[in-house]
Amino acid sequence: MINFNKFYKLFNLISLGLVVASILLLFFKGLNFGVDFKGGTLIELRSNDKNINVTSLRQSFSQMNLGDFNVKKFGNENDFLIKIEKKDTSANAIEVIKKDLTSSLGGSFNFRRVENVGPKVSSELLKSGIIAIALSLAAMLFYIWIRFEWQFSLGAILALFHDVIITLGLFSLFSLEINLSIVAAVLTIVGYSMNDTVVIYDRVRENLRKFSDIKIYELTNISINETLSRTIITSVTTLLALVSIYLFGGEILKGFSLAMIMGVVFGTYSSIYIANPILVKLRVSQKTILKEDTE
Amino acid sequence: MLYFSKLRITLVSFVTLFFIYFALSNFQDPENSFISKRINLGLDLQGGSYLLLEIDNEPVEIQKLQNTTTVIRNFLKSKKINFNDLRIQDKTIVFTTPIMDVGSVEAFFLDKESEINPYYNQYKSHQFDVIIEDSKFTLSLSKYGLIEIKTSSQDQALEIVRRRVDEVGTNEPNIIKRGNNRILVELPGLDDPMRIKSLLGKTANLTFRFVTQNKNDTFGTEMLQFEDGMSEAMVSKRIILNGENLLDAQPQMNNQTNETVVSFTLDRVGAKRFGKATSTGVGKQLAIVLDGKIVSAPTIQSVIASGNGQISGNFTFQSATDLALLLRSGALPAPLNIIEERTVGPDLGQDSINAGVIALMIGFLLVIIFMFFKYKIFGLIANITLLVNLFFLVGILTLFEATLTLPGIAGIILTVGMAVDANVLIFERIKEECKKEKNNIIAFDTGYVKSKTAIIDANITTLIAAVILFFMGSGPVKGFSVTLAVGIFTTLFSVYFIARMLTGLYVVRNKEKTKLI
Repeated sequence: MINFNKFYKLFNLISLGLVVASILLLFFKGLNFGVDFKGGTLIELRSNDKNINVTSLRQSFSQMNLGDFNVKKFGNENDFLIKIEKKDTSANAIEVIKKDLTSSLGGSFNFRRVENVGPKVSSELLKSGIIAIALSLAAMLFYIWIRFEWQFSLGAILALFHDVIITLGLFSLFSLEINLSIVAAVLTIVGYSMNDTVVIYDRVRENLRKFSDIKIYELTNISINETLSRTIITSVTTLLALVSIYLFGGEILKGFSLAMIMGVVFGTYSSIYIANPILVKLRVSQKTILKEDTE
Repeated sequence: MLYFSKLRITLVSFVTLFFIYFALSNFQDPENSFISKRINLGLDLQGGSYLLLEIDNEPVEIQKLQNTTTVIRNFLKSKKINFNDLRIQDKTIVFTTPIMDVGSVEAFFLDKESEINPYYNQYKSHQFDVIIEDSKFTLSLSKYGLIEIKTSSQDQALEIVRRRVDEVGTNEPNIIKRGNNRILVELPGLDDPMRIKSLLGKTANLTFRFVTQNKNDTFGTEMLQFEDGMSEAMVSKRIILNGENLLDAQPQMNNQTNETVVSFTLDRVGAKRFGKATSTGVGKQLAIVLDGKIVSAPTIQSVIASGNGQISGNFTFQSATDLALLLRSGALPAPLNIIEERTVGPDLGQDSINAGVIALMIGFLLVIIFMFFKYKIFGLIANITLLVNLFFLVGILTLFEATLTLPGIAGIILTVGMAVDANVLIFERIKEECKKEKNNIIAFDTGYVKSKTAIIDANITTLIAAVILFFMGSGPVKGFSVTLAVGIFTTLFSVYFIARMLTGLYVVRNKEKTKLI
């Protein structure tokens, strides 16, 4: 049996540090919002001329008077991703860009993907993304409250906040792009982290019923250990799936799978080191759940 | 107990085979397949264009105010009521009446049978809200008046957009309303939406009006630019003909001048009016105005009574074709703005499919290898369950002809990773029970019973996240939530019906064995 409870304090401090650091990052550095949430134009293009590189593309785009833009490589040798921040582009803007590119660089370009999001739509998407995440947290809080007791609900929600905030903090730290699929990833992290916490909580509750003489400090440790191999196996299989999406699923799914990988790692950790210490702090005992049973 | 009736085994096998067949039918040639249902590929996988259009209703509102002002003027005149200063001001109509008439004028507006301020029974509201200060009336469009305008212009715009898209002839376009002032256009397989975008960007409001030199024309005049932007002309506001009078329009080559023109045919009313106007206006210039710009202003040579005519104006064959198409499909009630566009080329779509399939196969392989090494025979059972689960998942998506997107494929792969969780929970529990309980069969049974709450709770949390994502997410992300949610149900089914049966059969045969798992 591993004494997880010996490290409750230490890891709580580390988590607190990470959460604070993430919040500071989010506050001061902010998130790198993609076209979905900031508006603008995104072009994924493939050139059939090997001589064309980021520098030459950057040069020719800077001559087009498009305002702020960003050119980077995207997966393949000849694939590039261009983001233009200017919001209201006229109906034939893309056509003009295509013509200008061909005339300044020669060769032919295949515009594999074009996304153009107006300011109104992007702010709506951002709003609905935030609402979705808030709503899912609220729904989880409510569900655990119904299935368990409020102490469990609080612990689970704090663990969720922890996972979501640290994942977003890492995205801020590394300036990774936040787009619609990241919102999907965050929601899935919420589901996964909850799933992991619930399995341990279920065991805590079962053990609380069984043993009246064991303190919660010990009891959480026993429960974590009893469910440990399941926790590890499920994390491993989920991570195997996610890593294969990350490595082989193509460039578009990279951000999504990376966010999920972070989320699964933190979700697993927080089920042990956030969700359970909270039960200890809140002095959960057999009485807490017996009240539930008699009601 | 771990006993399964023959009926249950047959039923489960039947359901399993049914879904395997459904899942596999996606890979068959649709011609030779018994099942015609297919998973739809999202625009991000098959390539295509997604356009979100917003209707700019302001011109419609202003038009409505102008029309209403005219109606009010005529109405008050006919009732012999004096009024002053009738005008439009900040999107409201204002006017004053003598104090003694205020009561009766108010009644005209607030009567449920009102001729000038229609009453909507379903909303319990008039078209206009009326505010009266002393003798000053202020009319503004009511909330429902605005909604009425929006929905009616949305209905009209939808129809016109559909006609224009159909004329271009893309395959299976999907054109639907969004909210009360937006239209969503999905064009599968179209990798360059340039032409459609430019067609949808034009209101195509066509009018025929006389060019005039007389500023005091009774109908009023306005200065309009020519399409080339080089010159302008003064045009009467009197409309002789508009686009609604057109029966047909086609691009044509004029053999005499050797230029491309758009020839049109007028309906009966239009032909009559056109004939009358051309007979009185020989020698005058007739401006053909499209969306506030003059296309051309030919001089009338002779009477045109046939109802056939030509529009010339520096057209290429393409632009003549487009103009003819716009004229045939009719004018939009209001300008449309493209507020969101997402286009994916077919080769990127195919690349995404390939990458998704490879990731799925590798993810699946990694998971089944891991499970086999971890649990041996039981790992094998979990793996069979997982495979059947995948068939269920794809089968159900096929049955409902769901749309599969790239994030949707990610959802399937994620399901592969998470689906073994239920079996792992059960197996681990059985392991624990085996330590306390000598009888294998009882240990297995308790393992299933005791792990149930954890499995249900754990899956419901994921389901909650998926449902929220479904309602809040858009486009491709929605596809992710669908596969995730369906994956949860197929996982539970395959774990409790298939895995349970397989483990049951195995345990009953090996009930004496120690250290089963």
